[in-house]
Amino acid sequence: MVREPALHESMMRPLAAQAPESTVAPDLAPLRRAAAWRVPEVIFWLIPLIAYFLFPKSLSLLSQIAITALFALSIDLILGYAGIVTLGHAAFFGLGAYAAGLLAKYGYGDPLLGLAFAAAVATAVGFLTSFLVLRGTDLTRLMVTLGVAMMLFEAANKATPFTGGVDGLQGVEMTRLLGVFGFDLYGKTAYWYSVAVLFVLFWVARRIVHSPFGMSLRGIKQNVARMPAIGAPVHGRLVAVYTLGAAYAGVAGALLTQTTQFVSLDVLAFTRSAEIMLMLVLGGTGCLYGALIGTIVFMTAHHFLSDLNPQYWQFWLGAALVLIVLFARDGIMGIAQRLQARLARRATP
Amino acid sequence: MTIIFDGLAEGMLLFLISVGLSVTLGLMNFVNLAHGAFAMVGGYACALLLSRAGIPFLLAVPIAAAAAALAGVILERTLYRRLYTASHLDQVLFSIGLNFMAVATAHFFFGAQQQPFVLPDFLKGQINLPGLDIGIYRLFLIVVGVILTVALQWLVGSTRFGAQLRAAVDNPRVARGLGINVDRVFTLTFALGSALAGLGGALGVEMLGLDPGFPLKYIVYFLIVVAVGGTGNIKGSLLAALMLGIFDVAGKYLVPQVGSFVIYAVMVVMLIFRPQGFFGRATTR
Repeated sequence: MVREPALHESMMRPLAAQAPESTVAPDLAPLRRAAAWRVPEVIFWLIPLIAYFLFPKSLSLLSQIAITALFALSIDLILGYAGIVTLGHAAFFGLGAYAAGLLAKYGYGDPLLGLAFAAAVATAVGFLTSFLVLRGTDLTRLMVTLGVAMMLFEAANKATPFTGGVDGLQGVEMTRLLGVFGFDLYGKTAYWYSVAVLFVLFWVARRIVHSPFGMSLRGIKQNVARMPAIGAPVHGRLVAVYTLGAAYAGVAGALLTQTTQFVSLDVLAFTRSAEIMLMLVLGGTGCLYGALIGTIVFMTAHHFLSDLNPQYWQFWLGAALVLIVLFARDGIMGIAQRLQARLARRATP
Repeated sequence: MTIIFDGLAEGMLLFLISVGLSVTLGLMNFVNLAHGAFAMVGGYACALLLSRAGIPFLLAVPIAAAAAALAGVILERTLYRRLYTASHLDQVLFSIGLNFMAVATAHFFFGAQQQPFVLPDFLKGQINLPGLDIGIYRLFLIVVGVILTVALQWLVGSTRFGAQLRAAVDNPRVARGLGINVDRVFTLTFALGSALAGLGGALGVEMLGLDPGFPLKYIVYFLIVVAVGGTGNIKGSLLAALMLGIFDVAGKYLVPQVGSFVIYAVMVVMLIFRPQGFFGRATTR
């Protein structure tokens, strides 16, 4: 990511040579202001803290939410910011999960090492498949991402001696986190570990989307044809963000493995890819908090409603999705922003 | 030989179901992942008519198709038409939502179990030739598939309605200016797509089984057929479906360890080299 601005400048140079006036540094203050942390954000990040004391019995659910939020963040980078449609993002989640699981099973149980390894594997596969995915139209992309994910699913399903197949991968033993914190029965370590990783990676993602690189992604999403004209290497940027999203998903998968000490085959399932997209859309695409809030709402609703009746839950999930697409395309964050705007107008008539 | 024949039959069945999707997705440019739900409507209608009402098979299948078409018209009128101009992503999300609702509804009314399905006597059994076992039902599927291909090709390619449809898809505004009732054409086309789905669903119960998970379980296959065959292309879909069927059956018979891996690999490779499908034309979107 660090070298991206340099790339950008080298593309701009021919333009600058023709018009010497334009070498004056542009005013970046509005961008800096947009990148500054605001009060609601700080309050938002107090939620995990409060939740810990409020719901000490459901720490495993809370960790699940944090992990899924990280996964939603990863698809937000790809879909929300860069506009690459994907139906197979679980591929990277699953890769990360299996990578971390297998590493731990064969004796390297250090959690952070597992995260790094999972991220490396997902990054490598994400980078390689990005060239397949970025060809063609939306429909082709949907199908290729889907196909890649299904291939991995089938591979994991059939490679029973290696992955455990439908029975799942067992025997994942984690050592102490940082050599100090053991994974306890109550899931305290697992919870703080997941939240910490989520926060750090969120912070990084936040830096990225407010960087020139992030701006160029939004530009590509808005108008692919014009971005090359202002000197942005579209293909390179998309490859980079797809790889980044894959790495994030890989880390999320690894977290799931490490906190549950088990890998089930459904980490790669189609429904996981579909559901994570729903969570993002529910929260609002193209907005990092949209991914987090969507996940929290979805997982909480799922927890309570599916206890009532799983089919019931699925029906209302479908109905909610249809309604969102028809009436609230920008999700919860969009609704919140509109409400906020209306309140502001009322306050200053 | 038997493998090839079974593959052909499975491919034909896939084609029967997916050709409806080829119509809605390909001709109307709507990514309708809920296609399997329409097929399921047809499947349930057919299975229930057979088992509860005792209606003969050959009559139950067209009724099933009509039921799916009716569902299609209602949904098109109320929901789908709002999304014709939406992005592909919105269409995907919308139709996944519909899928979930369909699955839950089927579960609610019919329970999670497989529906019992008994073929009429004249479609049971096998013809045994040296080196080749032909299931009569499979032969029946192939015949139906061939008839349908010819009929559809004729409908879209050489009738007034087909011409209106192609015009309405290529440029709705100009088509409207020429006095074509675009809304009606789209509704009819969507009904056609749903009817084909229902027909395929009804015919497929015997081979694919029928439970509430049907729309999600097979949607990947239908999408593969359409994506590989090239959107809006009946010939391409047929070829893709047959190829897929043969590869799938051959893969499962000859190298069961690999399972469905083969068809996904075939699809990805195909899409990489021919993103537009076998006979696809470049799309503008």
